[in-house]
Amino acid sequence: MVDDEESSSKSVRRLAFSQRLSRWDVKVSPYLYISPFFLLFALTGLFPLLYTGWVSLHNWNLIGGQCKFIGLENFGFVLGQPYFWNAVGNTLSIFLLSSVPQVVLALLIAAVLDANLRAKTFWRMGVLVPFVVAPVAVGLIFNNLFADQFGLVNEFLGLLGLDPVRWHSDQLASHFAIATMVNFRWIGYNALIFLAAMQAIPRDVFEAATIDGAGRVRQFLSVTVPMLRPTVIFVAITSTIGGLQIFDEPRVFDQSGLGGADRQWQTLTMYIWELGWGQRNFGRASAVAWLLFLMIVLIALVNFLLTRRIANQGGRK
Amino acid sequence: MSSIPMIRQTAGKGAAKAAARRPNPRAGRPRNRGGAGDIRRPGPLTYGALGAVLLASLFPLYWSFLVGSHDSTALSRGIPLLPGGNFLANAAKVFDSIPFWKAMGNSILVSTVTSASVVIFSTLAGFAFAKLRFRGSKGLLVFVIATMAVPTQLGVVPLFIVMAKLGWTGSLWAVIIPGVVTAFGVFWMTQYLRDALPDELIEAVRMDGASMIQAFWYVGFPAARPAAAMLALFTFVATWTNFFWPFIVLDPSNPTLPVALQLLQAAHFVDYSVVLAGAVLATIPLLLLFIAAGRQLVSGIMQGAVKG
Repeated sequence: MVDDEESSSKSVRRLAFSQRLSRWDVKVSPYLYISPFFLLFALTGLFPLLYTGWVSLHNWNLIGGQCKFIGLENFGFVLGQPYFWNAVGNTLSIFLLSSVPQVVLALLIAAVLDANLRAKTFWRMGVLVPFVVAPVAVGLIFNNLFADQFGLVNEFLGLLGLDPVRWHSDQLASHFAIATMVNFRWIGYNALIFLAAMQAIPRDVFEAATIDGAGRVRQFLSVTVPMLRPTVIFVAITSTIGGLQIFDEPRVFDQSGLGGADRQWQTLTMYIWELGWGQRNFGRASAVAWLLFLMIVLIALVNFLLTRRIANQGGRK
Repeated sequence: MSSIPMIRQTAGKGAAKAAARRPNPRAGRPRNRGGAGDIRRPGPLTYGALGAVLLASLFPLYWSFLVGSHDSTALSRGIPLLPGGNFLANAAKVFDSIPFWKAMGNSILVSTVTSASVVIFSTLAGFAFAKLRFRGSKGLLVFVIATMAVPTQLGVVPLFIVMAKLGWTGSLWAVIIPGVVTAFGVFWMTQYLRDALPDELIEAVRMDGASMIQAFWYVGFPAARPAAAMLALFTFVATWTNFFWPFIVLDPSNPTLPVALQLLQAAHFVDYSVVLAGAVLATIPLLLLFIAAGRQLVSGIMQGAVKG
């Protein structure tokens, strides 16, 4: 009986081998195909982020390298620095001045683009032009527009009979100028995101609102905005993650790149750079990086809850 | 290292073709039908508002060219309204003071290599996530999506330490390697392939004896082409405009364009007509790309925003 079975399976054996190969192919290939991302993320994303925590517990120099374990000393040092808290304030201030107008203006522009326009593509492309200008170039251009002397903005204020603003020494004014650069680059981009989401709203909802006697403004506030809730939350959160790490624009807002004589516009990422590559202290730079990380997580969460509530209230009106 | 524009892109779940399929407005849509505000042609007020927005988004570039085409003292003599004849002279000064052409070459190289590798690796991974069944695929995809929200830029210190250990600081590899595949890209291609590639097609080529990688190459990749082109475009723009990490890891003698551009202002004596001429020169390549492919950028952003 045993012999019988063996002889019959002999002819099948070759087939079995190629089948096994094929089964192996089916099993292993997917993992092979997704592995580049996971390997790379582990090596250049996750590991550095975690290792930042390790470095932050050491006395670690750019040149000397790892020295000795000092516990939370770097955190203590950094938290005692006025420049750290100054950078926290600047980062939050620039973030608020850029994110809120960005979302509001993008929504308004999207509403205008949502009309049945002639030459749609032309207008859509038009608002997206700033997106292809590098933040460094944007920074250099606006640095000149906001120049304290002979800057276009101040000349214009002069025409209106107003005093020139000291954009490069007054703290809040500098934040406004930098936030303007961020807004310039991202409003059109976000407007297109909102526009797409608006067009996905079923049109009969608007028809019903029209029949109920809602005007355009009322429709925008009571129908469009609430229905865009997920998109608004999304844009708010991504702009939190990006906005709190802002570096390029404030870096080129003056020659020195440190954020002004009194660090009026030094952001946390700029502070990380100053500690790490200016003062060559990697331990302290890592401590700030970790603190910024915590701050981003925290604010993204608050943002999520807040935008959800605001959008909810819009719906109840 | 995923950058902001890439993350921002993903307002929703990827490649819905709703926006793209929208009928061409010029192709005989009923006009002036009245009733729903959607169909009515908007009035001059709407176009006026859009004109103002367009002006605001173009003006800074015009200003840059305006200042860049005059000499250093023009601004102190009053605001010029029309371009002057000094642009070429300023451009020559730009080429003298920074390694402009080298930076341009580096930017082209880094952006091209990064886009190509992001497209290949993302499509491969997207093919696996969208079309192949394997244990843990759901959880792993969720992990990919979650990593998009991780501010990896904050890992610069260890990344720099590693690059220094490898002896890669100052080399373009240090800029290219961290960007060769992005979570956004994987997510984007997964979403697209899920709809665009019928399972039957893969089964058919598998029945004909194709291996997995052959199935990917002959069926998966061709189906992914439209989304791959958009991904390439966005990656190119994001890489080209990236500043923070290249600024840290590259030498001023071998920079990418944004790193070089910033050097114009770091000198002791700053001539803004030269700085802004440099800003114009550095923006021209992407403006050309925008003229050629801006339409795709627009629909890419809008497709990324819909489904979800």
